[in-house]
Amino acid sequence: MTMGMSWSIRTEGLGKAFTLHLQGGTRIPVLGGVDLGVAPGECVALSGPSGAGKSTLMRCLYGNYGAGEGRILLRHQGEILDLAAADARAVRAIRRETLGYVSQFLRVIPRVPTLEIVAEPLIARGTPREAALAAARALLLRLNLPARLHGLPPATFSGGEQQRVNLARGFAPGYPVLLLDEPTASLDAANREVVIGLIEAAKLAGTAIIGIFHDTEVRDRVADRLFEVLPMPAAA
Amino acid sequence: MSAPLLQASGLSLRFGAIAALDDVALEIHPGEVVAIVGESGSGKTTLLRVLSGLMRPEAGTVRYRDPAGAVHSVHDMGEAAMRRLHRSDWGFVHQNPRDGLRMRVSAGGNIGERLMAVGARHYGGIRAEATAWLQRVEIDPERIDGMPDKFSGGMQQRLQIARTLVTHPRLVFMDEPTGGLDVSVQAKLLDMIRGLVADLGLAVLIVTHDIAAARLLAHRLLVMRHGRVVEQGLTDRVLDDPQHEYTQLLVASVLAA
Repeated sequence: MTMGMSWSIRTEGLGKAFTLHLQGGTRIPVLGGVDLGVAPGECVALSGPSGAGKSTLMRCLYGNYGAGEGRILLRHQGEILDLAAADARAVRAIRRETLGYVSQFLRVIPRVPTLEIVAEPLIARGTPREAALAAARALLLRLNLPARLHGLPPATFSGGEQQRVNLARGFAPGYPVLLLDEPTASLDAANREVVIGLIEAAKLAGTAIIGIFHDTEVRDRVADRLFEVLPMPAAA
Repeated sequence: MSAPLLQASGLSLRFGAIAALDDVALEIHPGEVVAIVGESGSGKTTLLRVLSGLMRPEAGTVRYRDPAGAVHSVHDMGEAAMRRLHRSDWGFVHQNPRDGLRMRVSAGGNIGERLMAVGARHYGGIRAEATAWLQRVEIDPERIDGMPDKFSGGMQQRLQIARTLVTHPRLVFMDEPTGGLDVSVQAKLLDMIRGLVADLGLAVLIVTHDIAAARLLAHRLLVMRHGRVVEQGLTDRVLDDPQHEYTQLLVASVLAA
Protein backbone atom coordinates (compact mmCIF):
# COMPACT_ATOMS: atom_id res chain seq x y z
CA MET A 1 0.00 0.00 0.00
CA THR A 2 1.21 3.48 -0.81
CA MET A 3 2.28 6.09 1.67
CA GLY A 4 -0.27 8.65 2.70
CA MET A 5 -3.15 6.25 2.25
CA SER A 6 -5.16 7.83 5.04
CA TRP A 7 -8.46 6.12 4.45
CA SER A 8 -9.99 3.00 2.94
CA ILE A 9 -13.55 4.28 2.95
CA ARG A 10 -14.73 7.85 3.35
CA THR A 11 -18.12 9.52 3.20
CA GLU A 12 -18.58 13.18 2.30
CA GLY A 13 -21.85 14.86 3.17
CA LEU A 14 -23.73 11.59 3.04
CA GLY A 15 -27.48 12.04 3.43
CA LYS A 16 -30.46 9.74 3.22
CA ALA A 17 -34.20 10.30 3.36
CA PHE A 18 -37.06 7.97 2.62
CA THR A 19 -40.12 9.07 0.68
CA LEU A 20 -43.10 6.88 1.49
CA HIS A 21 -45.37 7.07 -1.53
CA LEU A 22 -47.90 4.75 0.08
CA GLN A 23 -48.20 7.16 3.03
CA GLY A 24 -49.06 10.22 1.00
CA GLY A 25 -45.47 10.95 0.04
CA THR A 26 -44.26 11.47 3.62
CA ARG A 27 -40.56 12.26 3.59
CA ILE A 28 -38.46 10.92 6.46
CA PRO A 29 -34.93 12.29 6.68
CA VAL A 30 -32.64 9.84 8.47
CA LEU A 31 -29.07 10.89 7.74
CA GLY A 32 -27.56 14.24 6.83
CA GLY A 33 -24.05 15.54 6.37
CA VAL A 34 -22.29 12.37 7.47
CA ASP A 35 -18.50 12.71 7.09
CA LEU A 36 -16.78 9.52 8.18
CA GLY A 37 -13.37 8.27 7.14
CA VAL A 38 -11.83 4.99 8.23
CA ALA A 39 -8.16 4.16 7.82
CA PRO A 40 -6.70 0.78 6.90
CA GLY A 41 -6.48 -1.33 10.06
CA GLU A 42 -8.84 0.93 11.96
CA CYS A 43 -12.12 -0.14 13.57
CA VAL A 44 -14.81 2.48 14.08
CA ALA A 45 -17.90 1.70 16.16
CA LEU A 46 -21.10 3.57 15.35
CA SER A 47 -22.80 4.90 18.47
CA GLY A 48 -25.97 6.82 19.09
CA PRO A 49 -29.47 6.09 20.32
CA SER A 50 -31.59 3.36 18.84
CA GLY A 51 -33.39 4.68 15.76
CA ALA A 52 -30.78 7.33 15.07
CA GLY A 53 -29.88 5.74 11.74
CA LYS A 54 -26.89 3.50 12.48
CA SER A 55 -28.32 0.61 10.48
CA THR A 56 -29.40 2.96 7.69
CA LEU A 57 -25.83 4.26 7.50
CA MET A 58 -24.47 0.71 7.29
CA ARG A 59 -26.92 -0.17 4.51
CA CYS A 60 -25.95 2.99 2.60
CA LEU A 61 -22.28 2.11 2.97
CA TYR A 62 -22.96 -1.30 1.42
CA GLY A 63 -25.03 0.16 -1.40
CA ASN A 64 -28.11 -1.69 -0.19
CA TYR A 65 -29.81 1.67 0.30
CA GLY A 66 -29.15 4.32 -2.29
CA ALA A 67 -27.45 7.43 -0.91
CA GLY A 68 -29.68 10.47 -1.27
CA GLU A 69 -26.86 12.96 -1.27
CA GLY A 70 -23.09 13.06 -0.85
CA ARG A 71 -20.39 10.60 -1.78
CA ILE A 72 -19.12 7.25 -0.51
CA LEU A 73 -15.52 6.92 -1.64
CA LEU A 74 -13.75 3.58 -1.72
CA ARG A 75 -10.39 2.43 -2.97
CA HIS A 76 -11.30 -0.34 -5.36
CA GLN A 77 -8.54 -2.12 -7.32
CA GLY A 78 -6.22 0.87 -7.25
CA GLU A 79 -8.88 3.42 -8.15
CA ILE A 80 -11.04 5.72 -6.07
CA LEU A 81 -14.70 5.00 -6.78
CA ASP A 82 -17.86 6.68 -5.52
CA LEU A 83 -20.22 3.92 -4.43
CA ALA A 84 -23.08 6.43 -4.20
CA ALA A 85 -22.83 7.05 -7.96
CA ALA A 86 -21.83 3.53 -9.07
CA ASP A 87 -24.17 1.53 -11.32
CA ALA A 88 -25.40 -1.94 -10.41
CA ARG A 89 -22.56 -3.76 -12.14
CA ALA A 90 -19.93 -1.58 -10.47
CA VAL A 91 -21.50 -2.14 -7.05
CA ARG A 92 -21.35 -5.89 -7.64
CA ALA A 93 -17.66 -5.67 -8.53
CA ILE A 94 -16.96 -3.55 -5.42
CA ARG A 95 -18.79 -6.08 -3.24
CA ARG A 96 -16.90 -8.95 -4.80
CA GLU A 97 -13.42 -7.48 -4.31
CA THR A 98 -13.44 -4.64 -1.82
CA LEU A 99 -16.44 -4.42 0.47
CA GLY A 100 -17.83 -7.06 2.81
CA TYR A 101 -20.90 -6.95 5.02
CA VAL A 102 -21.92 -9.20 7.87
CA SER A 103 -25.59 -8.60 8.53
CA GLN A 104 -27.34 -9.60 11.73
CA PHE A 105 -29.24 -12.37 10.07
CA LEU A 106 -28.25 -14.89 7.47
CA ARG A 107 -30.43 -14.82 4.38
CA VAL A 108 -30.82 -18.55 3.99
CA ILE A 109 -30.74 -19.95 0.47
CA PRO A 110 -32.68 -23.19 0.20
CA ARG A 111 -30.66 -26.37 -0.31
CA VAL A 112 -27.21 -24.78 -0.44
CA PRO A 113 -24.82 -26.43 2.06
CA THR A 114 -23.05 -24.33 4.70
CA LEU A 115 -19.59 -24.96 3.26
CA GLU A 116 -20.67 -23.72 -0.18
CA ILE A 117 -22.23 -20.58 1.31
CA VAL A 118 -18.96 -19.68 3.00
CA ALA A 119 -16.76 -20.62 0.02
CA GLU A 120 -18.93 -18.83 -2.56
CA PRO A 121 -17.45 -15.30 -2.21
CA LEU A 122 -13.93 -16.76 -2.44
CA ILE A 123 -14.79 -18.68 -5.61
CA ALA A 124 -16.42 -15.56 -7.05
CA ARG A 125 -13.11 -13.68 -6.74
CA GLY A 126 -11.21 -16.46 -8.46
CA THR A 127 -9.89 -18.63 -5.62
CA PRO A 128 -9.65 -22.23 -6.90
CA ARG A 129 -12.57 -24.28 -5.65
CA GLU A 130 -10.59 -26.72 -3.48
CA ALA A 131 -8.64 -23.91 -1.80
CA ALA A 132 -11.86 -21.96 -1.22
CA LEU A 133 -13.54 -24.99 0.38
CA ALA A 134 -10.49 -25.63 2.57
CA ALA A 135 -10.44 -22.03 3.76
CA ALA A 136 -14.18 -22.15 4.43
CA ARG A 137 -13.82 -25.38 6.39
CA ALA A 138 -11.01 -23.97 8.54
CA LEU A 139 -12.92 -20.81 9.35
CA LEU A 140 -16.11 -22.70 10.24
CA LEU A 141 -14.13 -24.96 12.57
CA ARG A 142 -12.48 -21.93 14.16
CA LEU A 143 -15.99 -20.60 14.81
CA ASN A 144 -16.82 -23.92 16.48
CA LEU A 145 -19.17 -25.18 13.80
CA PRO A 146 -18.41 -28.91 13.70
CA ALA A 147 -17.63 -30.63 10.38
CA ARG A 148 -20.86 -32.66 10.51
CA LEU A 149 -22.80 -29.43 9.92
CA HIS A 150 -20.74 -28.23 6.96
CA GLY A 151 -22.62 -30.30 4.40
CA LEU A 152 -26.06 -29.17 5.59
CA PRO A 153 -27.97 -26.07 4.52
CA PRO A 154 -28.16 -23.73 7.53
CA ALA A 155 -31.96 -23.33 7.35
CA THR A 156 -32.45 -25.53 10.42
CA PHE A 157 -29.49 -24.15 12.40
CA SER A 158 -29.94 -22.11 15.59
CA GLY A 159 -29.64 -18.33 15.47
CA GLY A 160 -26.11 -18.46 16.86
CA GLU A 161 -25.02 -21.11 14.37
CA GLN A 162 -26.46 -19.13 11.46
CA GLN A 163 -24.66 -16.03 12.64
CA ARG A 164 -21.38 -17.91 12.71
CA VAL A 165 -21.99 -19.09 9.12
CA ASN A 166 -22.60 -15.46 8.22
CA LEU A 167 -19.41 -14.38 9.99
CA ALA A 168 -17.35 -17.05 8.25
CA ARG A 169 -18.72 -15.92 4.89
CA GLY A 170 -17.93 -12.28 5.68
CA PHE A 171 -14.42 -12.84 7.02
CA ALA A 172 -13.27 -15.52 4.55
CA PRO A 173 -12.34 -13.26 1.61
CA GLY A 174 -10.35 -10.69 3.61
CA TYR A 175 -12.06 -7.63 2.14
CA PRO A 176 -10.21 -4.30 2.47
CA VAL A 177 -13.38 -2.81 4.02
CA LEU A 178 -15.71 -4.77 6.28
CA LEU A 179 -19.06 -3.71 7.73
CA LEU A 180 -20.24 -5.58 10.83
CA ASP A 181 -23.82 -5.23 12.07
CA GLU A 182 -24.05 -6.72 15.57
CA PRO A 183 -21.59 -9.51 14.85
CA THR A 184 -21.77 -11.06 18.34
CA ALA A 185 -25.47 -10.56 19.12
CA SER A 186 -26.46 -14.21 19.54
CA LEU A 187 -23.11 -15.74 20.46
CA ASP A 188 -21.91 -17.29 23.71
CA ALA A 189 -18.76 -16.08 25.48
CA ALA A 190 -16.41 -18.56 23.79
CA ASN A 191 -17.57 -17.68 20.29
CA ARG A 192 -17.52 -14.00 21.12
CA GLU A 193 -13.81 -14.42 21.85
CA VAL A 194 -13.32 -16.08 18.47
CA VAL A 195 -15.01 -13.15 16.73
CA ILE A 196 -12.90 -10.63 18.63
CA GLY A 197 -9.85 -12.58 17.46
CA LEU A 198 -11.07 -12.46 13.84
CA ILE A 199 -11.62 -8.71 14.05
CA GLU A 200 -8.17 -8.14 15.55
CA ALA A 201 -6.54 -10.28 12.87
CA ALA A 202 -8.42 -8.43 10.12
CA LYS A 203 -7.26 -5.10 11.53
CA LEU A 204 -3.66 -6.30 11.57
CA ALA A 205 -4.08 -7.31 7.93
CA GLY A 206 -5.15 -3.75 7.11
CA THR A 207 -8.91 -4.12 6.93
CA ALA A 208 -10.92 -0.98 7.68
CA ILE A 209 -13.90 -1.97 9.85
CA ILE A 210 -17.12 -0.14 10.63
CA GLY A 211 -19.37 -1.84 13.14
CA ILE A 212 -22.48 -1.62 15.25
CA PHE A 213 -21.75 -3.31 18.56
CA HIS A 214 -24.41 -3.31 21.24
CA ASP A 215 -22.13 -5.48 23.33
CA THR A 216 -20.05 -2.72 24.94
CA GLU A 217 -17.39 -5.12 26.16
CA VAL A 218 -16.73 -6.32 22.62
CA ARG A 219 -16.91 -2.75 21.34
CA ASP A 220 -14.35 -1.49 23.84
CA ARG A 221 -11.94 -4.24 22.95
CA VAL A 222 -12.04 -3.89 19.15
CA ALA A 223 -12.98 -0.27 18.40
CA ASP A 224 -10.31 2.40 18.03
CA ARG A 225 -12.89 5.18 18.24
CA LEU A 226 -16.61 5.88 18.25
CA PHE A 227 -18.55 7.72 15.57
CA GLU A 228 -21.78 9.16 16.80
CA VAL A 229 -24.87 8.99 14.61
CA LEU A 230 -27.44 11.51 15.80
CA PRO A 231 -31.14 11.56 15.02
CA MET A 232 -32.19 14.14 12.42
CA PRO A 233 -34.41 16.98 13.61
CA ALA A 234 -38.02 15.92 13.06
CA ALA A 235 -39.04 18.95 10.98
CA ALA A 236 -36.43 18.79 8.27
CA MET B 1 -15.55 -3.88 -18.87
CA SER B 2 -17.13 -6.36 -21.25
CA ALA B 3 -19.41 -5.29 -24.07
CA PRO B 4 -23.11 -6.11 -23.66
CA LEU B 5 -24.46 -9.34 -25.13
CA LEU B 6 -27.78 -7.74 -25.88
CA GLN B 7 -28.67 -4.09 -26.11
CA ALA B 8 -32.14 -2.70 -26.73
CA SER B 9 -33.29 0.87 -27.02
CA GLY B 10 -36.48 2.78 -27.76
CA LEU B 11 -38.67 -0.33 -27.89
CA SER B 12 -42.34 0.46 -28.37
CA LEU B 13 -45.29 -1.72 -29.26
CA ARG B 14 -49.01 -1.10 -28.96
CA PHE B 15 -51.88 -3.57 -28.92
CA GLY B 16 -54.75 -1.34 -29.99
CA ALA B 17 -55.07 1.37 -27.37
CA ILE B 18 -52.73 -0.36 -24.93
CA ALA B 19 -49.03 0.41 -24.84
CA ALA B 20 -47.44 -2.99 -24.25
CA LEU B 21 -43.98 -1.44 -24.53
CA ASP B 22 -43.35 2.25 -24.18
CA ASP B 23 -39.80 3.38 -24.96
CA VAL B 24 -38.01 0.53 -23.18
CA ALA B 25 -34.21 0.33 -23.10
CA LEU B 26 -32.17 -2.48 -21.60
CA GLU B 27 -28.80 -4.16 -21.82
CA ILE B 28 -27.43 -7.39 -20.48
CA HIS B 29 -23.79 -8.34 -20.11
CA PRO B 30 -22.12 -11.76 -20.13
CA GLY B 31 -22.79 -13.67 -16.90
CA GLU B 32 -25.41 -11.22 -15.72
CA VAL B 33 -28.82 -12.33 -14.41
CA VAL B 34 -31.49 -9.70 -14.96
CA ALA B 35 -35.07 -10.13 -13.75
CA ILE B 36 -38.05 -8.28 -15.17
CA VAL B 37 -40.80 -8.01 -12.55
CA GLY B 38 -44.26 -6.52 -12.62
CA GLU B 39 -47.87 -7.58 -12.45
CA SER B 40 -49.84 -9.33 -15.20
CA GLY B 41 -50.31 -7.04 -18.15
CA SER B 42 -47.28 -4.89 -17.32
CA GLY B 43 -45.66 -5.85 -20.62
CA LYS B 44 -42.89 -8.04 -19.21
CA THR B 45 -43.62 -11.13 -21.31
CA THR B 46 -44.04 -8.97 -24.42
CA LEU B 47 -40.64 -7.45 -23.69
CA LEU B 48 -39.07 -10.89 -23.45
CA ARG B 49 -40.64 -11.94 -26.75
CA VAL B 50 -39.46 -8.78 -28.49
CA LEU B 51 -35.93 -9.06 -27.10
CA SER B 52 -35.65 -12.68 -28.17
CA GLY B 53 -36.86 -11.91 -31.68
CA LEU B 54 -40.14 -13.81 -31.34
CA MET B 55 -42.08 -10.59 -31.79
CA ARG B 56 -41.32 -7.43 -33.76
CA PRO B 57 -41.53 -3.99 -32.11
CA GLU B 58 -43.10 -0.98 -33.85
CA ALA B 59 -40.12 1.14 -32.93
CA GLY B 60 -36.71 0.57 -31.45
CA THR B 61 -33.81 -1.80 -31.98
CA VAL B 62 -32.41 -4.92 -30.35
CA ARG B 63 -28.74 -5.60 -31.01
CA TYR B 64 -27.05 -8.87 -30.26
CA ARG B 65 -23.31 -9.53 -30.14
CA ASP B 66 -22.22 -12.94 -31.45
CA PRO B 67 -19.32 -14.96 -29.98
CA ALA B 68 -16.97 -13.51 -32.63
CA GLY B 69 -17.85 -9.99 -31.47
CA ALA B 70 -19.96 -8.99 -34.48
CA VAL B 71 -23.14 -7.08 -33.68
CA HIS B 72 -26.45 -7.96 -35.37
CA SER B 73 -29.85 -6.33 -35.39
CA VAL B 74 -32.13 -9.07 -34.08
CA HIS B 75 -35.16 -8.03 -36.12
CA ASP B 76 -33.25 -7.72 -39.39
CA MET B 77 -31.32 -10.96 -39.37
CA GLY B 78 -33.84 -13.12 -41.18
CA GLU B 79 -35.66 -16.24 -40.09
CA ALA B 80 -32.96 -18.78 -40.85
CA ALA B 81 -30.32 -16.86 -38.91
CA MET B 82 -32.79 -16.37 -36.06
CA ARG B 83 -33.52 -20.10 -35.89
CA ARG B 84 -29.80 -20.84 -35.87
CA LEU B 85 -29.29 -18.37 -33.04
CA HIS B 86 -32.10 -19.91 -30.98
CA ARG B 87 -30.59 -23.35 -31.50
CA SER B 88 -27.07 -22.50 -30.46
CA ASP B 89 -26.08 -19.29 -28.68
CA TRP B 90 -29.49 -18.56 -27.17
CA GLY B 91 -31.95 -20.57 -25.15
CA PHE B 92 -35.58 -19.99 -24.25
CA VAL B 93 -37.29 -21.59 -21.25
CA HIS B 94 -41.08 -21.33 -21.53
CA GLN B 95 -43.47 -21.14 -18.61
CA ASN B 96 -45.30 -24.18 -19.93
CA PRO B 97 -42.79 -26.97 -20.57
CA ARG B 98 -45.04 -28.28 -23.34
CA ASP B 99 -44.08 -25.19 -25.35
CA GLY B 100 -40.40 -25.99 -25.07
CA LEU B 101 -40.38 -29.80 -25.22
CA ARG B 102 -41.39 -32.27 -27.88
CA MET B 103 -43.92 -34.35 -25.99
CA ARG B 104 -43.78 -37.33 -28.37
CA VAL B 105 -40.02 -37.63 -28.19
CA SER B 106 -38.23 -39.36 -25.30
CA ALA B 107 -36.46 -37.39 -22.55
CA GLY B 108 -33.07 -38.36 -23.99
CA GLY B 109 -34.29 -37.47 -27.47
CA ASN B 110 -35.36 -34.02 -26.33
CA ILE B 111 -31.85 -33.30 -25.09
CA GLY B 112 -30.09 -35.07 -27.98
CA GLU B 113 -32.09 -33.21 -30.59
CA ARG B 114 -30.62 -29.86 -29.50
CA LEU B 115 -27.12 -31.33 -29.61
CA MET B 116 -27.69 -32.74 -33.10
CA ALA B 117 -28.97 -29.35 -34.23
CA VAL B 118 -25.56 -27.90 -33.47
CA GLY B 119 -23.73 -30.70 -35.24
CA ALA B 120 -23.33 -33.61 -32.80
CA ARG B 121 -23.50 -36.89 -34.72
CA HIS B 122 -22.02 -39.61 -32.53
CA TYR B 123 -24.93 -41.55 -31.01
CA GLY B 124 -22.99 -42.84 -27.99
CA GLY B 125 -21.67 -39.39 -27.21
CA ILE B 126 -25.09 -37.79 -27.49
CA ARG B 127 -26.65 -40.42 -25.22
CA ALA B 128 -23.87 -39.99 -22.65
CA GLU B 129 -24.32 -36.22 -22.69
CA ALA B 130 -28.10 -36.62 -22.32
CA THR B 131 -27.58 -38.97 -19.36
CA ALA B 132 -25.23 -36.51 -17.69
CA TRP B 133 -27.73 -33.68 -18.14
CA LEU B 134 -30.60 -35.75 -16.73
CA GLN B 135 -28.49 -36.32 -13.63
CA ARG B 136 -27.60 -32.66 -13.49
CA VAL B 137 -31.29 -31.70 -13.36
CA GLU B 138 -32.01 -34.53 -10.91
CA ILE B 139 -34.00 -36.76 -13.23
CA ASP B 140 -33.29 -40.47 -12.82
CA PRO B 141 -31.20 -41.48 -15.90
CA GLU B 142 -33.23 -44.69 -15.98
CA ARG B 143 -36.00 -42.55 -17.47
CA ILE B 144 -33.95 -41.49 -20.48
CA ASP B 145 -36.29 -43.40 -22.82
CA GLY B 146 -39.42 -42.24 -20.99
CA MET B 147 -41.88 -39.85 -22.60
CA PRO B 148 -42.16 -36.35 -21.10
CA ASP B 149 -45.96 -36.54 -20.91
CA LYS B 150 -45.50 -39.21 -18.23
CA PHE B 151 -43.33 -36.84 -16.16
CA SER B 152 -44.56 -34.56 -13.37
CA GLY B 153 -44.74 -30.82 -14.06
CA GLY B 154 -41.54 -30.19 -12.12
CA MET B 155 -39.69 -32.93 -14.01
CA GLN B 156 -40.93 -31.59 -17.35
CA GLN B 157 -39.63 -28.16 -16.45
CA ARG B 158 -36.25 -29.58 -15.41
CA LEU B 159 -36.11 -31.51 -18.69
CA GLN B 160 -36.83 -28.32 -20.61
CA ILE B 161 -33.95 -26.65 -18.77
CA ALA B 162 -31.59 -29.53 -19.61
CA ARG B 163 -32.70 -29.39 -23.26
CA THR B 164 -32.06 -25.64 -23.32
CA LEU B 165 -28.68 -25.64 -21.59
CA VAL B 166 -27.10 -28.69 -23.20
CA THR B 167 -25.69 -26.59 -26.05
CA HIS B 168 -24.14 -24.11 -23.59
CA PRO B 169 -25.95 -21.01 -24.80
CA ARG B 170 -24.52 -17.70 -23.64
CA LEU B 171 -27.90 -16.02 -23.18
CA VAL B 172 -31.05 -17.67 -21.86
CA PHE B 173 -34.52 -16.13 -21.80
CA MET B 174 -36.86 -17.49 -19.13
CA ASP B 175 -40.56 -16.73 -19.01
CA GLU B 176 -41.99 -17.47 -15.53
CA PRO B 177 -40.07 -20.77 -15.34
CA THR B 178 -41.62 -21.70 -11.98
CA GLY B 179 -45.06 -20.36 -12.84
CA GLY B 180 -47.27 -23.41 -12.94
CA LEU B 181 -45.56 -25.43 -10.22
CA ASP B 182 -46.26 -26.27 -6.58
CA VAL B 183 -44.37 -24.15 -4.06
CA SER B 184 -42.15 -27.02 -2.87
CA VAL B 185 -41.25 -27.85 -6.47
CA GLN B 186 -40.58 -24.18 -7.21
CA ALA B 187 -37.92 -23.97 -4.47
CA LYS B 188 -36.03 -26.94 -5.86
CA LEU B 189 -36.21 -25.62 -9.41
CA LEU B 190 -35.10 -22.12 -8.41
CA ASP B 191 -32.13 -23.50 -6.57
CA MET B 192 -31.24 -25.65 -9.55
CA ILE B 193 -31.45 -22.69 -11.92
CA ARG B 194 -29.32 -20.65 -9.52
CA GLY B 195 -26.61 -23.31 -9.41
CA LEU B 196 -26.56 -23.93 -13.16
CA VAL B 197 -26.45 -20.23 -13.98
CA ALA B 198 -23.49 -19.71 -11.65
CA ASP B 199 -21.61 -22.82 -12.81
CA LEU B 200 -22.06 -22.11 -16.51
CA GLY B 201 -21.64 -18.34 -16.25
CA LEU B 202 -24.85 -17.79 -18.21
CA ALA B 203 -26.47 -14.48 -18.91
CA VAL B 204 -30.17 -14.82 -18.09
CA LEU B 205 -33.11 -12.56 -18.70
CA ILE B 206 -35.93 -13.87 -16.54
CA VAL B 207 -39.50 -12.66 -16.40
CA THR B 208 -41.25 -13.36 -13.12
CA HIS B 209 -43.94 -11.97 -10.88
CA ASP B 210 -42.30 -13.78 -7.94
CA ILE B 211 -40.29 -11.18 -6.01
CA ALA B 212 -38.59 -13.82 -3.84
CA ALA B 213 -37.43 -15.69 -6.93
CA ALA B 214 -36.07 -12.45 -8.38
CA ARG B 215 -34.17 -11.76 -5.15
CA LEU B 216 -32.67 -15.22 -5.15
CA LEU B 217 -31.62 -15.31 -8.80
CA ALA B 218 -31.11 -11.85 -10.20
CA HIS B 219 -28.18 -9.47 -9.96
CA ARG B 220 -30.25 -6.68 -11.42
CA LEU B 221 -33.95 -5.92 -11.52
CA LEU B 222 -36.24 -4.03 -13.88
CA VAL B 223 -39.70 -3.11 -12.64
CA MET B 224 -42.30 -2.74 -15.36
CA ARG B 225 -45.71 -1.12 -15.30
CA HIS B 226 -48.01 -0.22 -18.20
CA GLY B 227 -45.26 -1.03 -20.68
CA ARG B 228 -42.65 1.22 -19.07
CA VAL B 229 -39.60 0.42 -16.95
CA VAL B 230 -40.43 2.49 -13.85
CA GLU B 231 -37.37 1.54 -11.83
CA GLN B 232 -34.23 -0.52 -12.27
CA GLY B 233 -31.00 -1.29 -10.48
CA LEU B 234 -29.20 -3.64 -8.14
CA THR B 235 -31.69 -6.28 -6.97
CA ASP B 236 -31.29 -5.83 -3.23
CA ARG B 237 -31.41 -2.04 -3.51
CA VAL B 238 -34.57 -1.97 -5.63
CA LEU B 239 -36.28 -4.35 -3.20
CA ASP B 240 -34.99 -2.85 0.08
CA ASP B 241 -35.00 0.82 -0.90
CA PRO B 242 -37.62 1.13 -3.65
CA GLN B 243 -38.00 4.65 -5.02
CA HIS B 244 -40.99 4.48 -7.33
CA GLU B 245 -44.50 4.41 -5.92
CA TYR B 246 -45.34 1.26 -7.86
CA THR B 247 -42.21 -0.60 -6.66
CA GLN B 248 -43.03 0.37 -3.08
CA LEU B 249 -46.50 -1.10 -3.54
CA LEU B 250 -45.10 -4.24 -5.14
CA VAL B 251 -42.60 -4.82 -2.31
CA ALA B 252 -45.13 -3.96 0.40
CA SER B 253 -47.54 -6.53 -1.05
CA VAL B 254 -45.13 -9.44 -0.63
CA LEU B 255 -45.43 -11.59 2.46
CA ALA B 256 -42.10 -11.74 4.27
CA ALA B 257 -40.58 -15.21 4.19
